Amino acid sequence: MHAEEKMTLEKWPASPEKQTLEAKNKFLGFWLFLGGETVLFASLFATYLALKDKVPGPDHALAKDLFEIPLAFLMTMILLTSSLTSVYAMYHMKNFEFKKMQLWLGITVILGFGFLALEIYEFYHYVHHYGHTFTSSAFGSAFYTLVGFHGAHVAFGLAWIITLMVRNAKRGLSLYNAPKFYVASLYWHFIDVVWVFIFSVVYLMGMVG
Amino acid sequence: MSTYAQKKGFGATVWDYLTTVDHKKIAVLYLIAGGFFFVVGGLEAMFIRIQLAVPNSDFVSAGMYNQILTMHGTTMIFLAAMPLLFGFMNAIMPLQIGARDVAFPFINALGFWLFFFGGVFLNLSWFLGGAPDAGWTSYASLSLASEGHGIDFYLLGLQISGAGTLMGGINFLVTIINMRAPGMTYMRMPLFTWTTFVASALILFAFPPLTVGIFLLMFDRLFGSNFFVTAAGGNTIIWEHLFWIFGHPEVYILVLPAFGIFSEIIPVFSRKRLFGYSSMVFATVLIGFLGFMVWAHHMFTVGLGPIANAIFAVATMAIAVPTGIKIFNWLFTMWGGSIKFTTPMYYAVAFIPSFLMGGVTGVMLASAAADYQYHDTYFVVAHFHYVIVGGVVFAILAGTAFYWPKMFGTMLNETLGKITFWLFFIGFHLTFFIQHFLGLWGMPRRIFTFLEGQGLETGNFVSTVGAFFMAAATVVLVINIIITTVKNEKVGNDPWGDGRTLEWAIPSPPPFYNFKQLPLVRGLDPLWIEKMEGKKGMTPAEPLGDIHMPNASFIPFVISFGLFVAAFGAMYRLDYGWGLPVLIIGLLITFGSMFLRSVKDDHGFHIHKEELIDEDDKGVKA
Repeated sequence: MHAEEKMTLEKWPASPEKQTLEAKNKFLGFWLFLGGETVLFASLFATYLALKDKVPGPDHALAKDLFEIPLAFLMTMILLTSSLTSVYAMYHMKNFEFKKMQLWLGITVILGFGFLALEIYEFYHYVHHYGHTFTSSAFGSAFYTLVGFHGAHVAFGLAWIITLMVRNAKRGLSLYNAPKFYVASLYWHFIDVVWVFIFSVVYLMGMVG
Repeated sequence: MSTYAQKKGFGATVWDYLTTVDHKKIAVLYLIAGGFFFVVGGLEAMFIRIQLAVPNSDFVSAGMYNQILTMHGTTMIFLAAMPLLFGFMNAIMPLQIGARDVAFPFINALGFWLFFFGGVFLNLSWFLGGAPDAGWTSYASLSLASEGHGIDFYLLGLQISGAGTLMGGINFLVTIINMRAPGMTYMRMPLFTWTTFVASALILFAFPPLTVGIFLLMFDRLFGSNFFVTAAGGNTIIWEHLFWIFGHPEVYILVLPAFGIFSEIIPVFSRKRLFGYSSMVFATVLIGFLGFMVWAHHMFTVGLGPIANAIFAVATMAIAVPTGIKIFNWLFTMWGGSIKFTTPMYYAVAFIPSFLMGGVTGVMLASAAADYQYHDTYFVVAHFHYVIVGGVVFAILAGTAFYWPKMFGTMLNETLGKITFWLFFIGFHLTFFIQHFLGLWGMPRRIFTFLEGQGLETGNFVSTVGAFFMAAATVVLVINIIITTVKNEKVGNDPWGDGRTLEWAIPSPPPFYNFKQLPLVRGLDPLWIEKMEGKKGMTPAEPLGDIHMPNASFIPFVISFGLFVAAFGAMYRLDYGWGLPVLIIGLLITFGSMFLRSVKDDHGFHIHKEELIDEDDKGVKA
């Protein structure tokens, strides 16, 4: 099957994301890349745990002073929901319903922006109310690096999904762009999973000990 | 009518290589760039040995010595050994599995250019205020205290080239998993393909910790963070862990492909199938697995405690088991074979005892209690040069002689090759054998000079003499390459006469689509099987048809160049006003070209059946 072929609902296969060799390679390569990303975040988590609450003096804010459940919970809910909406988008992609896929991707993007806005507010809050900055302590460096790396991933994911939506807005689905949408959604899920760990390790564990 | 067979002008050739996505041309680029950095790192080694030839030498200053030794290690590992092995992986692995290209030709090119610009950036430090001087391990306490921009060159240069390596690793993994020819099952893959596969998996999981470590150190040096600043709560041991979680698997990333090259050479010149193929595969995978569990043996003297030291000591010793399996399999392959002593075979035979000695001192070093004596002495220097030179460099030299005809279509001169071998072999043992004893006599590593009357003079002088033998060997190799290239006597598909695997079933050098028809693989050593049945080549697995190929692209070069520019901006941001704009411009170039790549469709092109038939006719006429 040629990737450029004009598609109809009748011709649309069950797994449009891996019909050509290029698509299969992309699919597998991206999974492997996520394996590498896992190790990257594992290293950042390990660094964070080693440096948690390591501050130069008693007047510096610690994890238990900083974190609040409501905000972290809201961010978690928003990001988890955006993962669900991206699943809907992929469902419609598999059913060759381009407009519905675009709609759900759009909702995913809006939720992603909501998450980023809350994160920026959160950082701003820590910096201005607690003097907890990237350079104030080893704890600060580790916190902003771990959470910031995740935030940068969210931002990159948003730019990626928007680019895909705009680029393909007028031409609909094909076996050439289906794998592109698919791996972007994989990436989005991965970001979500990392956040679940950040929520547990940084925020929940930060408040209990 | 084929356009690609036409003679090209010099400019067109350069443009061709700047934009190529063909794995065979990328392999040539890796060999050229890796070879260049190998010579640079070799010169640095010569400066080290000249400085240490006599006591109280002032050939270089102490500070300069630190820079030279740092750059020697960094260059040899990241910019010479790995790229040269990547060159062979690119050139040979897709041919061995019967593929027409790698899975991601574009990313393959991107990986090369990232490595190249990272390497160039790192080496520009020599001309821009001084090279890094904290050792190739760049421990945080040393590198945070290092003045000037040397360490920044190290961090940014390695970050860029490391990204390239990671992409290369993913590319090889997907290629091997998805693109094997019909019948090429996993347990029929040649050992070099297997070792490429395992080394790539190691790259995938070992490079991210290095990426993180480098980011943290870069943030500390350039952006005011406190990861390793003890006064602000930081902890320098984190760098050591992150570095060695990468650094130890890195040893296996280097040595497994070297094992692979020898596992190809020995059966060919013993005219016997590899002894214990399955156990070789098993040992390769096991070494890769254990390679991740031993990093703290580099940190025995840090004070992690007796339990941690004991666990890592035992895990380290365990690696000797699969490695021993391999040694015996190579010996048993030669046993009873009809051995032909060609240049590659010389290296293979010399490799076994040389590498074994490195392995034995490895087990000695793994004994945590004894390591307190060996730590940071020349004993360690001798050990890792026995593994890296005796294993990896021998393999690279052997691979150069072995695969040269496949890559360039002409044989290197055997006489000169053997002269290179003897000079290098003698020089290697002369240089490094005595260093075991220098270490046991108390000479610390990374020391820029020593005093008279401590019993270190003779040993150091002998070591320096050995280094000159290796330099002479390299000169002979270069002469050999030049002579061979000028003569350019063409050879056929199977120049060694006893090729066993798929790469020897196609022309040397192969056409850019490699296989006109994908071959049908009927077992291990597929070409040998066909030969034994009296056939001349492989049986095709498909009818002649159109071949889909990727388009060339200049974008990989531009993406890498953008990061090269951005690195200067990041480094000089605190010193000059233009730093920040340059950083932004560089990132814009990179992300802009990534964006361009993303929105511009690239479906590749097809070579039509008719063109392939034309090629056949030409072949008959010639």
